[in-house]
Amino acid sequence: MNAPQASAVPAAPAALQQPAQRASVGGLRYPTNRKTIYDRNLNRSRTSELSKASFAYLFGEMVSYAQRRVTGIQDLERRLNVQGHPLGLRLLDLLLYREPTRSVQRPTRILPLLQFITTTLWKHLFSRSADALERSKDNEDEYMISDNDPLVNQYISVPKEMNQLNCAAYVAGIIEGICDGTGFAARVTAHSVPTELWPAKTVFLIKFEPEVMEREAFLEKAR
Amino acid sequence: MSYYFAIVGTKDNPLFEHEFGTSKQGGDGVARFREEARHMNQFIVHSSLDIVEEVQWGNGQMYLKVIDRFYNNYVSCFLTGGNIKFLLLHAPTTPKAIRSFFVDVYEIWVKTLMNPFYHIDMEVRSPVFRSRVVAAGRKYL
Repeated sequence: MNAPQASAVPAAPAALQQPAQRASVGGLRYPTNRKTIYDRNLNRSRTSELSKASFAYLFGEMVSYAQRRVTGIQDLERRLNVQGHPLGLRLLDLLLYREPTRSVQRPTRILPLLQFITTTLWKHLFSRSADALERSKDNEDEYMISDNDPLVNQYISVPKEMNQLNCAAYVAGIIEGICDGTGFAARVTAHSVPTELWPAKTVFLIKFEPEVMEREAFLEKAR
Repeated sequence: MSYYFAIVGTKDNPLFEHEFGTSKQGGDGVARFREEARHMNQFIVHSSLDIVEEVQWGNGQMYLKVIDRFYNNYVSCFLTGGNIKFLLLHAPTTPKAIRSFFVDVYEIWVKTLMNPFYHIDMEVRSPVFRSRVVAAGRKYL
């Protein structure tokens, strides 16, 4: 009721009319600097890194948020995993976009996918490659990525009664998101494997679904 | 020449569609499909999804070129890393222009993904997105 009146009175102060105009053009609300997400650049310069302290603080908050009303450690790890999953889906396309356009390939086989994760993804998130990538000796469909000192766990101290917990389940969720996005359905879990040299060593266990292994075998034959 | 462009999600659900005409050789950018052809366009484009699934594992490229044709209607496909399909229905034309169009749309698509409130397989309603697609179409096709 107010809006038509305001426009009917020409003497209305310009300052009052303008914010209303800026806020919505055809039902669309713009941020105050008029820059929508489509006006931003997707390429970030190599040097712009984020503060580790603020990340540690935010991650600590995320863990305590996930910890509310959980039934057990497994449930908590599942929640952290779920928090990481959408990030993996987004990073997948962002990182592929940042590769050179001419040579970029979608991962269609397991090995290129895992290499994409251990090098491209790891370098983007932690500015170094993962420490090892292995295939499980016992199960054909299981692969392991190890990180000797995961960044996410650096400022997390796990209480003794929860020693099963590994908060890198968040990173496992990111990996799972990437696997799911590329069409390699998998379960990814994080496990602490402390050694004398690396007390915080974490192994990410990637277990692919049977249909993925079936396709892999078929593609191997077709080659 | 007229084009029909559709983005199809991971569950074969349409996320975005747009019709436009050529802007080259004095075209005005308005699609000139016959009224009875318009629902056929959707049908032709979506029926090519089976072929996308056949091609996508044999070839790691994102731009899959022309994957299907129905008389004089050609369907070109671009597959993103997250298994979202960009499908363009067109008459025979140069693949290079279509590739450039897809690459531009991919950039704005990744920007859409960066929106924390966007979930996978959600319909894209943003008028800014549409205007960017129109701009890419005007530039190359």
